[in-house]
Amino acid sequence: MASLPVVNHARNAAEFIGDEKEVRRHDRALWFMRANRDIAVQSLPKWELLREKASQIKSHCMSRLADYLEQFQDNATELGVRVHWARDASEHNEIVYGILSERNVRKVVKSKSMLTEECHLNPYLEEHGIEVIDTDLGERIVQLRNEPPSHIVMPAVHLGREQIGATFHEHLGSEAGASDPNYLTDVACRHLRDKFLGAEAGITGVNFAIADTGGIVVCTNEGNADLGTSLPKIHVACMGIEKLIPRLRDLSVFQRLLARSTTGQPITVYSSHFHGPVPGGELHVVLVDNGRSRILGSNDFRRSLHCIRCSACLNTCPVFRRSGGYSYGSTISGPIGSTLSPSRDAGQFRTLPFACSLCGSCSDVCPVKIDLHSQLLVWRREIALRRLLPLSKRLAMKLASFVLRHTWLYETVGKVLRWSSRTLPRWLIYNRLNVWGRQRELPPIPAQSFRDLYKGSHDRPKRDS
Amino acid sequence: MGAVSVGSQFPQRIKLTSMTRIGLFIPCYIDQLYPHVAMATVEVLERCGVEVYFPTAQTCCGQPMANTGCTNETRPLAWKFFETFRDYDYVVCPSGSCVAMVRHHYDEYLDGTPGFIDLKEKTFELCEFLTDVLKVEGLGGRFPYRVGLHQSCHGLRELRLGRASELAGPSYSKARTLLELIGDLEITTLERADECCGFGGTFAMSEEAVSCLMGRDRIRDHLQAGTEVLTAVDMSCLMHLSGLIVRDKHPIRVMHVAEILAGRDPAIVSLPQEPMSNEKS
Repeated sequence: MASLPVVNHARNAAEFIGDEKEVRRHDRALWFMRANRDIAVQSLPKWELLREKASQIKSHCMSRLADYLEQFQDNATELGVRVHWARDASEHNEIVYGILSERNVRKVVKSKSMLTEECHLNPYLEEHGIEVIDTDLGERIVQLRNEPPSHIVMPAVHLGREQIGATFHEHLGSEAGASDPNYLTDVACRHLRDKFLGAEAGITGVNFAIADTGGIVVCTNEGNADLGTSLPKIHVACMGIEKLIPRLRDLSVFQRLLARSTTGQPITVYSSHFHGPVPGGELHVVLVDNGRSRILGSNDFRRSLHCIRCSACLNTCPVFRRSGGYSYGSTISGPIGSTLSPSRDAGQFRTLPFACSLCGSCSDVCPVKIDLHSQLLVWRREIALRRLLPLSKRLAMKLASFVLRHTWLYETVGKVLRWSSRTLPRWLIYNRLNVWGRQRELPPIPAQSFRDLYKGSHDRPKRDS
Repeated sequence: MGAVSVGSQFPQRIKLTSMTRIGLFIPCYIDQLYPHVAMATVEVLERCGVEVYFPTAQTCCGQPMANTGCTNETRPLAWKFFETFRDYDYVVCPSGSCVAMVRHHYDEYLDGTPGFIDLKEKTFELCEFLTDVLKVEGLGGRFPYRVGLHQSCHGLRELRLGRASELAGPSYSKARTLLELIGDLEITTLERADECCGFGGTFAMSEEAVSCLMGRDRIRDHLQAGTEVLTAVDMSCLMHLSGLIVRDKHPIRVMHVAEILAGRDPAIVSLPQEPMSNEKS
């Protein structure tokens, strides 16, 4: 497969920042989530213990994932679930289409599933003449606009209510200029109700699959997954293989972490357990690898499979809040996206591990303790090793390292640079290539370095070389 | 070799003998651009009763190369650092970021080298050296200003110099503990206690737009909080923030925490240079 164009995060981010009002709204909306999360976390004793437990459960589960997957399959089959295995996105899409076409399904409602976004299921089904309606409010908004989600939990967080009002006016015939959230939600509800009633099958994602029961759990705040699987008789649930947990009792650990990390809610409004199909109906579970077992085989990046897609790392990331989900050019954005995407294509996503100030907030906020910022640092090393760094960066680091290896050279270069910075005219220093100086002043340059100073007038600290 | 003079202020608290040798690790950019911060560091340590040595062979810990992923360019610098400081009993540095480099990111280059674990354990950021090793309980002096404490990320989340706002548990901050020992100093309350300033090394250049917006947002927070003097344990964060403050002409002075602890007068040190009027952006 030909490599796709390189994602230029910095350029995409600069574009997003161009609209100052919008970027501030985006930042504040997400920070609001983070602040609510903090309140919920501080009021739950043993939060850190829960994180540790969750991390250990995931580590254990990943260490024998194949066994647990088979256990899940056996138990699910016993419950009457039909389990399918997909090696990659296209197999997944073919399987889902196969299930639907065999049963002459033409209309499908789908609740939120980042996996189906990752596999581009919607366009695939639409090409084959099947209508797919996203029923999560945010997903429906971006679907109407023919956009991908910009955030894994709040797909339309990049849009203001005025933009949503305009979209609904255009597609759903709401009043022109309306931007009242209650009114717009009501319009969406009426529109979606018809779709629910007309659907012949429901597709959902999976938040947790439980090996020892064969059950799956779907968490939503809107109840759309429940409607979408109660009205039609056919339920297709799509999941990445990393969504597995060993035991039902482990679920209590993750349920306490998930919604608190996202919005600060103690639990999602709907947490629906599916143990087999409804009477007279069908339940299909599609287990998808699509690159996950490759990550599982990597000592450096295995922990990224712990992710429960809570979005806390996106909400806390100071870069994500100011650059928006689209700047990452991949289905999953933010710190976890920057960790996962280069595994898919290191060349295409080479700038993502650098779209990070290494502040470490993502690692501390993560409910399953993925060391995200460390993984991004490891990716930088990988990218350098694979010679994917820009030549300018590579040469600059080579040169700097050479200078810094020799104290005399470092001292000399320091002197020359300080002297020239003090001597050259301002217009020459603040030239077009001086990226620092576009928005920032350089510090006042001292005539003497610290080592010059203490060699001279100050007799302490002792020279000790 | 000079004897280490144990000051009269805290003699019983210091478990240092006259043979204890403390190496001063001055990050390259502080050496070249902020010599007064290094001087203030020396002064604070001396006022706390310890004498330090400055091995002049030192240059840079290698963090810029490591954070770019260039391990081959980092390795010789990690070795140089190790060779320079291995024989000291303590290594003290006025930068959280550079200490985090030694303590958390040198394993890749020096793992298994005899003396390396010892080096990691004896290398301290200035504030933690004062609170954890010297156990300073008084500093004297007064600083009648409203101080905004910027929590530099590597100090906070790698060295754990304070509790990061993401984590549950009791709040603490080593830099804050020290600042509160100074008379008349008031610490301002921020809306976002520890958001990153956006410096991030080469990030400041390669992601200039995001970096500068992050910095401006931090500054706005400090303006609303009434910060008169902005401080941090890392001069790199302050170089970025100061660059924006001076360009945007905000009434905030910028000082490294060592300068405040050393009793410097904000009206005299760290004087921002006026941007020329024709170069405003």
